[in-house]
Amino acid sequence: MTRAASWAILLLGLTYFILPLLGMIEFSLSMRRGEYSFDAYVAVLGDPQFRQTFSYSVMMALLTIVFGMLLVVPTAFWVRLKLPHLRPVIEFITLLPLVIPAIVVVFGYIRLYNTSSWLPLTGSVLGTNLLLMFGYATLSLPYMYRAVDTGLRTIDVTTLTEAAQSLGAGWITILGRIILPNVLVAVLSGAFVTFAIVMGEFTMAALLNRPAFGPYLQLMGANKAYEPFALATIAFIITWACMGLIQLVTRFTKHDKAAR
Amino acid sequence: MAPILEISKLRKSYGSTEILKDINVSIDKGDFLVLVGPSGCGKSTLLNCIAGLEPITGGSILIDGQDMTHVSPKDRNIAMVFQSYALYPTMSVAKNITFGMKVRGVDQATQDRKLREVAQQLQIEAYLNRRPGQLSGGQRQRVAMGRALVRDPKLFLFDEPLSNLDAKLRVEMRSEIKKLHHRLGASIVYVTHDQIEAMTLATKIVVMKGGVIQQIGTPQEIYNRPANLFVADFMGSPAMNLIPARVRGTQVEIDRPGAAPILLSDPKVAGLPENVILGLRPEDIAEAGYRAGSDVQQAACQIDLVEPAGADTYVVSTLGGKAVTARLHTETRAAPGESLDLAFDLGKVSYFEPDSGRRLN
Repeated sequence: MTRAASWAILLLGLTYFILPLLGMIEFSLSMRRGEYSFDAYVAVLGDPQFRQTFSYSVMMALLTIVFGMLLVVPTAFWVRLKLPHLRPVIEFITLLPLVIPAIVVVFGYIRLYNTSSWLPLTGSVLGTNLLLMFGYATLSLPYMYRAVDTGLRTIDVTTLTEAAQSLGAGWITILGRIILPNVLVAVLSGAFVTFAIVMGEFTMAALLNRPAFGPYLQLMGANKAYEPFALATIAFIITWACMGLIQLVTRFTKHDKAAR
Repeated sequence: MAPILEISKLRKSYGSTEILKDINVSIDKGDFLVLVGPSGCGKSTLLNCIAGLEPITGGSILIDGQDMTHVSPKDRNIAMVFQSYALYPTMSVAKNITFGMKVRGVDQATQDRKLREVAQQLQIEAYLNRRPGQLSGGQRQRVAMGRALVRDPKLFLFDEPLSNLDAKLRVEMRSEIKKLHHRLGASIVYVTHDQIEAMTLATKIVVMKGGVIQQIGTPQEIYNRPANLFVADFMGSPAMNLIPARVRGTQVEIDRPGAAPILLSDPKVAGLPENVILGLRPEDIAEAGYRAGSDVQQAACQIDLVEPAGADTYVVSTLGGKAVTARLHTETRAAPGESLDLAFDLGKVSYFEPDSGRRLN
């Protein structure tokens, strides 16, 4: 009885999640009347705007990951090493982006860095791109920080650092050669989440008027019938690929740990 | 020749808590200094101060004549071996060992040569390509030592390197460290809470308690002439017998249950205060007839307990209200509840003041 009930609940849950997905995919394949085809996908992939916005977002995602890594790894390391009493404070700060809506952040940016401010970042394309990257880094901060902090928890940061110091290593060497390799897997899983966030982000890119993938998705959705669903499927595949990669990487760590 | 390490007037406090108080120690090149004391006595903190991992509150640290008080750890030319080994889990054994040289920009040929030398010395050639995770505790300890050895530092620092090993391996590694010290003539500062490690390894021992140095001396000095009751009690296993006694002219009087007090003649006690603590190692109390000499005196003692320990037999008797252990030969016929004549070797005796614990003779 209980067994049957749990199967029923599982099937219900699966239906709840999978049915809309199937509908979406089915619809994205029915651009040609009366038969399934990849016409919508061909149209999307052939659209120069798709390629442009997609590669722009990929580029931004990579930059955000590098920036986030440079910001978070040393911070988390330093907090663990020297300022353990500040950990609750830092954790709270890194959680703020979950509480403050992106639109508030981006309006704050626009007010602070407009062309008549002391730092007119929105006045140039480069500046606006930079601002967008900072915004993305903020959005991914909760995930990145937690991933790295958890990674640091698995190693004896203090002793490894002291050992490296006594062997003649400076801070850059310690971070680059000792700490980073040990938390690389954690950083990678943080990086994939960041990638997924950046690829789908709409608010910031739209309000800063940058040609990112998120606003393009929205634009297509408002103007085309089949293509948005093809796009949604593509975006969905990207997200799942990222999650799959996280799984894969985590499995590698487990393997590594078992050997340790 | 200038001492290789000279610590003067070193103080260290966390806020208002003083961890180390007025530490003065110096060692010469080739010395093996052991910092020993119970946990929380500040010995590891002192080692970290020498390494530069902890800033000090006052005083100075000179390494090979150079003032290193405020120099960063990486520039002190020291190599440290940690209790938890602190090997880098993502690097192979070979990379772990060469890390220090790589950081300092030593050329590849020298790195390879030193790696080979050290690997051979420590017998770890077979697992140079493994990760630390694939090694046993003893092997990891060797790698950690190898990593320190290739550096050719002025000073080696060992922070309880053997306490994570099992008893048998610990004894093995202990003698290897001793051999290594002989072969290399290296200057070593070694922290341990194990007084046997201290006795066997050191050329000089610093006994610490509560952030204060209790005594500095060779193992023999520390063992034979402890400076106070703490050192007397801490060093040696079983511990030194510390028996309350009264001075009567040139005689010492010790209470024993159910009989008149024991009177032992010792000209050294002339002039000492009336109440003293008499300190005598278990091996300096023997069965009558088994120890000869002008300073040996006998007395009959009631035996409470007999503990055969293989090579020796320990018997426990109550003297001056304290359980007193004597180390006898295995053939002894001592039996609990019976009386046995014990010989006290007063040539080896220490006297302490009961209140301050200070040594009197």
